[in-house]
Amino acid sequence: MTDSAPHIQAPADTQVAPADEVLAQARRWRETGQAVALATVVATWGSSPRQPGSQLAVNADLDIVGSVSGGCIEGAVIGEAQAAMTDGKARLLEFGVTNERAWEVGLACGGRIQVLVERVGESP
Amino acid sequence: MKDATLAQVLEARAGRTPLAVVTRVSDGTQGVVTPDTADALLPPEAVADATRRLAADESGTVVAGGETWFVHAHTPPYRMVVVGAVHIAQPLVKMGVLAGFDTIVIDPRSAFATAERFPGVRVVDLWPDEAMSALGPDSRTAVITLTHDPKLDDAALSVALRSPAFFIGSLGSTRTHAARCKRLRREGFSDSEIARIHGPVGLAIGARAPAEIAAAILAQVVSVRRGGSVTG
Repeated sequence: MTDSAPHIQAPADTQVAPADEVLAQARRWRETGQAVALATVVATWGSSPRQPGSQLAVNADLDIVGSVSGGCIEGAVIGEAQAAMTDGKARLLEFGVTNERAWEVGLACGGRIQVLVERVGESP
Repeated sequence: MKDATLAQVLEARAGRTPLAVVTRVSDGTQGVVTPDTADALLPPEAVADATRRLAADESGTVVAGGETWFVHAHTPPYRMVVVGAVHIAQPLVKMGVLAGFDTIVIDPRSAFATAERFPGVRVVDLWPDEAMSALGPDSRTAVITLTHDPKLDDAALSVALRSPAFFIGSLGSTRTHAARCKRLRREGFSDSEIARIHGPVGLAIGARAPAEIAAAILAQVVSVRRGGSVTG
């Protein structure tokens, strides 16, 4: 692929888990009274495998559906998601990676990504 | 996100209506924007950006009132309705799924419309006009008829032409298409209505094999959807 070639990607919603499935699962967890947090990609710079709007939902048992990256930032995101489930505060996370570390953390080609983490539901 | 907001998003997605969730990134304050409504707590610049993003089919951030807001545009997936579970439908449906279309096959002939021939795709074995009316083609729906059988193709086209479907195409030679136009005119459709039909469907790339014809059709659908320079 040359620099001028467009990055060919399927619409974000068709990758990994359909958006409906992430949100539907979040609601199923809420309906059984579980604490749930939602992580959403809000911005990306450079090359990133997931587009703004990509989401991940996690419950208190750390069951996960969806994704916000190709892999390794999920660990840090889930840590913050647990904190959000407890204190109810939304937080904006930013991950920047160098080219060398890009593969390790699952952000191909050295991207930067912002992820908003929020609790689902009004009470803890 | 409130439980009520989550329910609202899921309802909009299921009902194929556009809805944006607009969130202040500093504290998670959130409101909802639809083409007709907006939460009063949202600054007007954020509402305007959300309205634009719903139309453009994209999510992203906007600075409004000195704060950054994230607009999450939930727009219904594009659909490809293929009428006729014929040979060409098999590669076309696969390509449609790969290109991100919610793809549906209609054919009342149950010998053709089997799940085995179309794995992972919704197959409807109703008469095309009935099936099409149930689906309700909207401005994010493409309809492609492949049967060559006027009874089936025309039944689907008569529903498609009364809908805002963004793409209508029919397989068949130029002569077949001329005969089709004549029949539709007799049914009361005007020339400008009939002109919405891409026929013979597919870009003129010299396609011969079924997969080549499917590629020509998908390319034309994509070009019309994305405003490409080649659509005929």
